[in-house]
Amino acid sequence: MAAKAAKRAVAVLRPIANGMGVSCLRGDCPQNLRFFARSFTIPAARPRKLIRLSPFARRHASTTSEPDKLGRTGLYDLHVARGAKFVPFGGYSMPVQYSDLSIIDSHNWTREKASLFDVGHMVQHEFSGPGAQAFLERITPSSLSALPEHNSTLSTLLHRETGGIVDDTVITRLADDKFYVVTNAGCREKDKAYLAQEMETWNGDNSPPVEWKVMEHQGLIALQGPVAAGILQQVLDDASSKALDTLYFGQSTYATIKGTDAKVLVSRGGYTGEDGFEISIPPYATDAIAEYMLDSAKDELRLAGLGARDTLRLEAGMCLYGHDLDDSTTPVEAALSWIIGKDRRANGGFHGDSVILQQLKKKSEGGGVSRRRVGFIIEGAPAREGAEIVDEAGEKIGTITSGCPSPALKKNIAMGYIKDGMHKSGTEVDVVVRGKKRKAVVTKMPFIPSKYFKAPSTK
Amino acid sequence: MAARLSVARAARQLASSAPRRPTPFPQFSRPSTKIASLPSQQRLFSVSRPALEKQYTEDHEWIELSPDGKTCTLGISAYAARALGDVVYIELPTTGLEVSAGDAIGAVESVKSASDILTPIGGKVSEVNVSLEEKPGDINRDPEGEAWIARLEVNGEGVVGKTMGKEEYEKFTEDA
Repeated sequence: MAAKAAKRAVAVLRPIANGMGVSCLRGDCPQNLRFFARSFTIPAARPRKLIRLSPFARRHASTTSEPDKLGRTGLYDLHVARGAKFVPFGGYSMPVQYSDLSIIDSHNWTREKASLFDVGHMVQHEFSGPGAQAFLERITPSSLSALPEHNSTLSTLLHRETGGIVDDTVITRLADDKFYVVTNAGCREKDKAYLAQEMETWNGDNSPPVEWKVMEHQGLIALQGPVAAGILQQVLDDASSKALDTLYFGQSTYATIKGTDAKVLVSRGGYTGEDGFEISIPPYATDAIAEYMLDSAKDELRLAGLGARDTLRLEAGMCLYGHDLDDSTTPVEAALSWIIGKDRRANGGFHGDSVILQQLKKKSEGGGVSRRRVGFIIEGAPAREGAEIVDEAGEKIGTITSGCPSPALKKNIAMGYIKDGMHKSGTEVDVVVRGKKRKAVVTKMPFIPSKYFKAPSTK
Repeated sequence: MAARLSVARAARQLASSAPRRPTPFPQFSRPSTKIASLPSQQRLFSVSRPALEKQYTEDHEWIELSPDGKTCTLGISAYAARALGDVVYIELPTTGLEVSAGDAIGAVESVKSASDILTPIGGKVSEVNVSLEEKPGDINRDPEGEAWIARLEVNGEGVVGKTMGKEEYEKFTEDA
């Protein structure tokens, strides 16, 4: 079965690799309006009628919210052929789920087997040149000097002065002077404007040169779940397949798909809390490689959409920009202090460093923050974005930013911002859903243990 | 399609200026009429005599009057249940609650969404389907039968807003 699929992938890939045919460029395609619903902009605190399928694509799609301008990834046709329901998300028409599995089933499938997510709507960048590291260290709080080649780190692009989060991002060092950076689709225009401005300032300062390239139309898929590694090994050539055995969480490698000349960048990690990979693929090969994977692991691998992606990431305690993070939130408030590198804490030198370093100090030294991102488990009704968190006296002490019934825990989970002092695990509060107070407990995240493939401990 | 979207937009604007009415959930105020009603149909605010046949609203609830016309049973349509996906939680009204047509009398939550259940008819809640609290998933199995949501003693003011018979409703959902 796998061999046959491999042959087909070769047949599909080779002629295109020789220079023919770009599949479906964004903007060139006829537009799909089928699943555009009218009510995506209704704020969470207002009542919603039945048949309102998705709360996605609300806050930060403003520049591209017109349905006739929605983009498509290179896998659009594959989604259609496999029964996707689409929603507008980050300016793209993206699958929210597929006809074969409900969101809960798809969620559970990912935790038990493996799922393939199209994340080609995300923005892939390359920063290179002698100034690349220093440039990225100016706009993020990450210790890139301590980041070995082919390792990655979660980071945040920061606003000057305020230290507010422009976007969250993953930065991978590809070489001494070359970095691969992935940012959110919903922030595409904002990030581009921000980066262009920062580049201009950088170049105006006569700093070492940096080249910034957005990898337009580059494919990106996420393969997630306990059997993801086995599935990926089946489709890689022997050398690449062997390399996966020692590719640990947070590391990346270039790999070749079996029987083809398609070189992909495989990064171990993801957005579900499971072992898995994100695979960056040249535009011409994205569709064929996705098909090849799906066909070579029919019993174990299914496509999954934004619906399951959202419940999976929430169980894993991960943020969704525009909901759990925004321009007015600093990494410290967002419980992301861990991304701030050791030497950065000592020396600063990044946007908003005076604000952020002050927040990192002890309260007795005038440090701390007024609100913090925490997890909650809520009794009764699920709390959604916008629900108020109140104390015993009914005073508002915070707001829920994401929430859903957890398919794994069968409890209602949520994250949100709560007044400092009330943020300790085990603190009992109330969350108001439809005018009624519901009991909630501040809970450590992730809500379920992560199952990353980590390097064996050297101790 | 562009035309339809603009109609929907216009309808939304109309609805947002429509009179508001208190609901059993105190912090809400909501438009009391059908957001999706097309202005050209002139059906806004219409009041009609309740029919005995099962009726569907444009918001995908169904109601069925008892033969004596004094009570009615309310639920959500199979179309709605299918579109919502796995229902994980149902919020039921309290027995004895007085409601007006257009009020939210409960809510149904799936993994991804929370939706209000609106009643197209006023009255007093006489019975709720408590088994749904234990087994909300029944809504996906038999939404128009065993998984009814509430029974009302109707107040005689009749159905407010547009309702449809089964055939018309099916056509409505096909067009949606």
